[in-house]
Amino acid sequence: MTITNTVIGTIRASDAADAADAKDIIDSPVATPDPKSSNAPPRTLYRKLVDGHTVATLDAQNVLLFCDLHLMNEYTSPQAFTGLREQGRGVPMPGQQVAVVSHIIPTHAVPSALRVIADPPSALQASNLKANCDRHGIRLFDTTDALQGIEHVVAPEHGMIRPGMVVICGDSHTTTYGALGALGFGIGTTEVEHVLATQTLVYRVARDMRIRVDGPLPAGTTAKDLVLAIIGRIGAQGARGYVVEFCGTTIDALSVEARFTLCNMAVEAGARGALIAPDATAINYVLARSPDLAGEWREPALARWRTLRSDPGARFDAEHRFDAADIGPQVTWGTSPDQVAPIDGHAPDPARMAVGPARDSAERALRYTRLEAGAALAGTPIQHVFIGSCTNGRIEDLRAAAAVLRGRRVAPGVRAMVVPGSGAVRAMAEAEGLDRVFLDAGFEWRQPGCSMCLAMNDDVLADGIRCASTTNRNFEGRQGRGAITHLMSPAMAAAAAVTGRLTDVRRLPPVLGEESPR
Amino acid sequence: MNPVRRIEGRSAALRLENLDTDQIMPKQFLRGIDKQGLSQGLFHDLRFDGEGRERPGFVLNQPAYAGVSVLIGGNNFGCGSSREHAVWGLQQAGIRAVVAPGFGEIFYSNAMGNGLLLVTLPEAEVRRLMDEADAVPGNTVEIDVETLTLRSAGGVEARFEMLPRHQRMLLEGLDAIGLSMTYRDRIEAFAAAHWAAQPWLKDVARASGGGR
Repeated sequence: MTITNTVIGTIRASDAADAADAKDIIDSPVATPDPKSSNAPPRTLYRKLVDGHTVATLDAQNVLLFCDLHLMNEYTSPQAFTGLREQGRGVPMPGQQVAVVSHIIPTHAVPSALRVIADPPSALQASNLKANCDRHGIRLFDTTDALQGIEHVVAPEHGMIRPGMVVICGDSHTTTYGALGALGFGIGTTEVEHVLATQTLVYRVARDMRIRVDGPLPAGTTAKDLVLAIIGRIGAQGARGYVVEFCGTTIDALSVEARFTLCNMAVEAGARGALIAPDATAINYVLARSPDLAGEWREPALARWRTLRSDPGARFDAEHRFDAADIGPQVTWGTSPDQVAPIDGHAPDPARMAVGPARDSAERALRYTRLEAGAALAGTPIQHVFIGSCTNGRIEDLRAAAAVLRGRRVAPGVRAMVVPGSGAVRAMAEAEGLDRVFLDAGFEWRQPGCSMCLAMNDDVLADGIRCASTTNRNFEGRQGRGAITHLMSPAMAAAAAVTGRLTDVRRLPPVLGEESPR
Repeated sequence: MNPVRRIEGRSAALRLENLDTDQIMPKQFLRGIDKQGLSQGLFHDLRFDGEGRERPGFVLNQPAYAGVSVLIGGNNFGCGSSREHAVWGLQQAGIRAVVAPGFGEIFYSNAMGNGLLLVTLPEAEVRRLMDEADAVPGNTVEIDVETLTLRSAGGVEARFEMLPRHQRMLLEGLDAIGLSMTYRDRIEAFAAAHWAAQPWLKDVARASGGGR
């Protein structure tokens, strides 16, 4: 893969506390120019969003940032609510918060109203979330709600994510919302408490990175393949300290759901946030889900959203360029999302790598994933397939997988499951008959939740099971102790299901009686 | 939060790049509604094999490293999931500082919010500290937050940088929420102006049907 890569200025693995970095940030204090002044310097979209949410500038690096929407789940919020109670603090702006039971919920195929959480500690987390939401008047998508799902799938479905917002959540994949021109990022539980009590965060302003991708994505190649290729190129630390703005003709042509996938996984390159300037595609998506924007607010909203783009001449601290034509279907071979290769590629041979941490990591990863050094990736037998997650659990993902599965069967010895991202996705898929396609192919058609992406519920893989997964992290033990995760697109996961091996979806033999497999 | 001015403790090296928070605190230990009992889960799958037996090769299982309070880690320590349980677990196991070439961003904020001292040093110095900790088990490391200096018994002497706000949070044991609440009037005025200009953002969590 020959991806051109231009670097402007100095890029270094950066961090808040990186010695050199801290100095850089001090040297370039937070600028909040008056936007009305004609000689105001051009700003990036990211800076406009930060400036538009700055309640106070605290020091040269930090601002008090107003947050428009705070999403919560059952496992990173309990201690925050306890902290509020202990300090006698309340939640002054409950209409800017929403909670979803998402991570611990079982996904067995029972009707929504009959869903129960059998595991006592998990049931306590859910009932505790409900008690906390009741106490403070916070909207909740509870266990038996037909619209429950993964928080990052649910929120945009209901028009809660709009261009120009700041959205935070005690979950690292909150970067997803950049797809709609909203600045989203993950926070810890101490910060969850902070935002509940003040509707603000103490926020260290990040640096600006732009990633431009041009040209049409080749056949069989999706936003998932694109983001995996980008992470593989710039590394798991490549965007640390930055908010990434994606642009270029490839990005312009992506659907909103594909953009969700792209921005969702930007955090796997270490990014503090991801953004795509909102265009007609994004705005139409929002308007279609926001009945309150049909009337008098529509025109002022559209006028405001038109300003949400980086000014010509705005300076980015780092820049990368990719040519979409160079990207094909990807699959990870290791235990970090940047340990990835094209499906027609190979696992690395550590013996041929320079001595150093990257080689040590590759050696350790191959031991864990039980792949031979230099082995071809295609043809590796798998025992499990998982389609779902906040990365790839939306309707377009299910359509892409179903398109591969129509007329085909899951290979003997493979267990395959689909966990839709939300109740709404599940209902839409059923209305389109996709559930029949999955069931006829031999997949399990399950209820929504985070499920096997992080295996906090009862969807856990056994030691040594190799899984073709549409999720976002291939960390050691992520899907179960000793379980091996290969990240890929929904179409690639479907192809792996029918052959029982890591498979190039472009080379799947045609279904008999059909002209083309896809 | 208790102030952190100076930490002196024995150290151990964890030579792992991108040591993610899933490995620091696996999912099965995230099911509580309080912060208790997390030292059980710390580095669980690195410490124990599939049958629950201690892995003798893992440094924190070795008697010579019992009671270490400073970890020397690889780059991007604490990347991945936002789970603050990773920080709470480290502290409950007696870890007071981690030294590495770089840290995951959310992990860094979580650590600062809890008074877990994170020190960023260049790769070469981190490697020297690792070598010392391996050669002399529990090699003592001293970290001074006031002067932002680190020195080890083996002879490493380094200055590190930290954002002034983080330094002050550690030194004074600040309650960040209490501090931000002093801005309450400005936050309310900001919100009023913000929603006057963009009324479609007020109560946005209740924008549509469904849920409750």
